[in-house]
Amino acid sequence: MSKMQVEVVSSEQLIYSGEAEFLVAPAQEGEIGVYPRHIPLLTQIRPGILRLTVPGSKDEVLVAVSGGVMEVQPELVTVLADTAIRGEDLDEARANEAKRNAEDALKKATDDQSTARAHAALATAIAELKALDYLRKRHH
Amino acid sequence: MAVGKEILTKIRSVQNTQKITRAMQMVSTSKMRKTQERMRTARPYAEKVRTVMGHLAMANMTDVVHPMLVQRPVKRAGVILITSDKGLCGGLNVNTLKRFFAQVKSLTDEGIEVDVCCLGQKGLAACQRAGLNIAASATQLGDVPKMERLIGPLRVLFEKYAEGELDVIHVVYSKFINTMKQEPVDEQLVPVKPKQMVVESGPSWDYLYEPNPFSVLDVLVRRYLESVVYQALAENMASEQAARMVAMKAATDNAGNAIKQLRLVYNKSRQAAITTELSEIVAGAAAV
Repeated sequence: MSKMQVEVVSSEQLIYSGEAEFLVAPAQEGEIGVYPRHIPLLTQIRPGILRLTVPGSKDEVLVAVSGGVMEVQPELVTVLADTAIRGEDLDEARANEAKRNAEDALKKATDDQSTARAHAALATAIAELKALDYLRKRHH
Repeated sequence: MAVGKEILTKIRSVQNTQKITRAMQMVSTSKMRKTQERMRTARPYAEKVRTVMGHLAMANMTDVVHPMLVQRPVKRAGVILITSDKGLCGGLNVNTLKRFFAQVKSLTDEGIEVDVCCLGQKGLAACQRAGLNIAASATQLGDVPKMERLIGPLRVLFEKYAEGELDVIHVVYSKFINTMKQEPVDEQLVPVKPKQMVVESGPSWDYLYEPNPFSVLDVLVRRYLESVVYQALAENMASEQAARMVAMKAATDNAGNAIKQLRLVYNKSRQAAITTELSEIVAGAAAV
């Protein structure tokens, strides 16, 4: 039976890479099965489980993905998996939080002052050491 | 012996500083390995997305053009500034900020307004001081780059781009070259330059798209951009740890030298005091 290469990658790591004879993926419009020499296909996939039939093994290999994009080429299937759970509303909420962060940062500036002061003190100490070292080198 | 005591206090204070710098050095050494590893694990995704986008570019899709792939006259620019949250990492953030402010200046000189998206506390503070227009920010990103934290800030910029408010988006961060060398770089993120995609030559063909070409392409382009910024953040974190390790090593060495010097001065003054005391006693005994 012919085989195809399957690669599942997320932005944070390579999740799965290997050969398969058949795979089932949770595509946007329903589950689809892919055999080798499939017509080129590009589809979004929903959060779910990829089921791979691996040559020489009876058990299916299961790979959980939280959505993403799947590219099918005749000999190669690439799944670009998301690492975070995505959704229009969820992303919108995250965007709003980022905006709020930018606005709040101004007010919060005072909270960071004590940390900043400690950091500055340590930085000064290090600078003093550097100066001492420099002076020492000039003397000798 | 007042002088001796003062020197002893100074030695102790330098020793305490040295303890801190040595601890920080060791912490960043171990963190650096992990951050470098993360930088590497993020690579396959970016390559894969690029390849898929290259396939897309090759496929026959004359009817679908994504706005993020199209150049347009620039009136307003977005800049994503990636810095570290914490200081004490040598010239890392200073160099990145220098590069960033040079970029901002060259844009404003051309009459282009700038919106900034700050990832990292140091950059945020600098932008506030400079009075720049901050569109979004995320700080306290920790030592592990998380896609989760990037989605929000990036979406703010992408929405602006989609609405035509921004015409170009840059990203400025510190590229990890090796442990001793990190380099601030400025990359154009959007519109995507065609050469950033891996294009293979061959007969042309087209995909089947599900649910439809545009929405798949849209998702793909966004994922691609997010992965580029994620990679940049991972690089920046590796740079941060490397720079901190080097800076703290130098500080620890300097402290060691300073302690040696102070010890010498202390011993000299102690000996001088003893000699004086002895000669006084001898002189006193002789007088009796």
